[in-house]
Amino acid sequence: MQKSKKSLGVTRRSALKQIGASASLAGASTVLGAPMIWAQTIKDVTLLHLGPSYSAFPDMAAKASEDLGFKVEVQNAWTDGIMARVVNQPDTLDIADLEFWATQRVWRRGNLQNLDISRISNWEEIVPMFRDGKNFDGSQMSTQGTLPYEVQYVDSEGGFASGATGEATIVPTIYNADTLGIRPDLIGRELNSWAELLNPEFAGKTALINVPQIGIMDAAMAIEARGDLTYGDKGNMTPEEIDKTIAILIDLKKAGHFRAFWSSFDESVNFMAGGEVVIQSMWSPAVTAVRSRGIDCEYRGLKEGYRGWGNGLGLMGHLEGVKRDAAYEYLNWTLSGEYGAFVARQGYYGTVPETTKAALSADEWDYWYEGKPAAIEIKDPFGGVMEQPGRVRDGGSFQQRVGNITAWNTLMDEGQYLVERWNEFVAS
Amino acid sequence: MNKTIISWLQVLPMATILIAFVGIPLATVVSLSFWTFDGLEYYPDFTFENYTKVFSSWVTWKIFFNTIRYAVITWAIALVIGFTVSYYLVFHVRNLKIQIALFLLCTIPFWTSTVIRMISWIPFLGREGLFNNALMSAGFVDQPLEFLLFSDFAVILTYVNLFTLFMIVPIFNAMVKINPNVIEAALDAGASQIQILWNVIIPLTRTGIALGTIFVMTLVMGDFFIVRVMSGGQSTSVVSAMKNNIDQLFYPQAAAMAVLLIAVVVFMVSAILRVVDVRAELAK
Repeated sequence: MQKSKKSLGVTRRSALKQIGASASLAGASTVLGAPMIWAQTIKDVTLLHLGPSYSAFPDMAAKASEDLGFKVEVQNAWTDGIMARVVNQPDTLDIADLEFWATQRVWRRGNLQNLDISRISNWEEIVPMFRDGKNFDGSQMSTQGTLPYEVQYVDSEGGFASGATGEATIVPTIYNADTLGIRPDLIGRELNSWAELLNPEFAGKTALINVPQIGIMDAAMAIEARGDLTYGDKGNMTPEEIDKTIAILIDLKKAGHFRAFWSSFDESVNFMAGGEVVIQSMWSPAVTAVRSRGIDCEYRGLKEGYRGWGNGLGLMGHLEGVKRDAAYEYLNWTLSGEYGAFVARQGYYGTVPETTKAALSADEWDYWYEGKPAAIEIKDPFGGVMEQPGRVRDGGSFQQRVGNITAWNTLMDEGQYLVERWNEFVAS
Repeated sequence: MNKTIISWLQVLPMATILIAFVGIPLATVVSLSFWTFDGLEYYPDFTFENYTKVFSSWVTWKIFFNTIRYAVITWAIALVIGFTVSYYLVFHVRNLKIQIALFLLCTIPFWTSTVIRMISWIPFLGREGLFNNALMSAGFVDQPLEFLLFSDFAVILTYVNLFTLFMIVPIFNAMVKINPNVIEAALDAGASQIQILWNVIIPLTRTGIALGTIFVMTLVMGDFFIVRVMSGGQSTSVVSAMKNNIDQLFYPQAAAMAVLLIAVVVFMVSAILRVVDVRAELAK
């Protein structure tokens, strides 16, 4: 078996090279060909962008289609569904919207093509953590979990490069710093540590996300904060660390500590809004959704830092010629401001702050990025009023939030073992 | 000769459908269950590794036990309700029109989707739900009852709510067919109501009971959505474990588990069919 795997690897790699070669030929021909022909055909292009509902929006696709002159369509699926499509049905989509850990997982399948960074006009404006793994102050970002930078560049062998090269895996488009969502009205005191997730005070009123790669990180942040375990690397646990973590979780579950495990965005909203849980894994827009029902819900920074994640857009291997040109135009469009402003209004960050700033009003920028009290009513991407003047964003400014990411959503070397053990935990 | 060709032709449409929509997918699942998997991709092979993994894990046994437990409890409750309702409809409601009207009433919940009927239990049973609020304001409890939602109770309640009709219909159908003269004869012979129920009605409705049992059992054994939502992800059934594997692209393991589940369900159904010859009874 080992042998056949190796030979497969070689064929994939050489196939990739061939694709690369023919791709550059095709690219050359479009450059040399008459622009008229190009202009006529690009209108007929339809691109399918497959992404999660928090980053692939029909509204944005319509706007992009209008701006670019060709058609962009979106389809929504969760990360697991997107990975399955990229791996098993690569021809059914054009642009894959992948989390960085998912990119780490599916890249070796060879169904995505290398991105030519010189064709991404705003690449140099992308926040540094993606491009060189550095924080705003120039210090190294935490490498616990899948730091996007580690899977950002492609080396000459087609694997992940350890430093910057001229080719990228995906173009980072959206990211955030996640923390725990809480119901301050039901808790009635200040919380400042991840350890509170395990506090017996909240027994039966906590929840975790039921995605092993993310749930385990929230649990590990809490377990480490409580002092039960110190991990070598939370984002890449050894089998022993996985065993210990799962054992702690199983004990907690048997003691009735968890009310539920959520598998969808709306479940997380309903658990919180319905008072089923008072502290849980949560995403920023879910907190917003609870608040918009008039229920107090907070997304505070905790002293151990945030769990970060990022998504980016990758080009499927089958794209070539005009269609690939169109895809590059679309990638560039997502970094040009409109998209960044849209995601900012739902509490996430676009990866190019300058263009986002230009597309947001000054008051919006101050609220979402600078951590200043809202000067106006803050509206969501669809124009609904979200926050009243005077409210300050939980966690403060962009630098304070993103700069304090201490772990990332992750793909572990022992990923398969983790999933097996996680399933045991859920079934226990 | 001609006759043979004709019967082959008669079999052909059904056979084509069965082969295309059952045979081929099933064969794919079975063959996939022997492939190897490296965490992302799978390769054609003939390995028992997936089965070894499935069989050697206590989780498999636990979730099979759990699923069968759900199935049996749901079945028992559905049987009692289904039998009682059918009995009432057939033997106590004399007017045919009222009988039909009441029977249709039983089907009204089916005018909305299963998902909606399932989801609507959540705000009702929740910690701050209608039921808990009512109990607390009536002074029966001073703490909300937590076992009502995200628990085995919630899962079984939903199963019973959704699947009892599948028990009512076949039992009702079997009961209506009972010739009233048989019951009269039993009465004339001096049998008590209990004796009639036990020695006449139950034996004559066993086809209905068997069919209802098959429906309820297979529906519960094949479910993943209800158990996931109503247990709040705290409980796992065989299919929800399979779904977890599929989400993680662990297809060969999911396939091995699917094959195992099919084996268990086929065994259960054939055991039921062995006790009750449904075909012969339906032909009556």
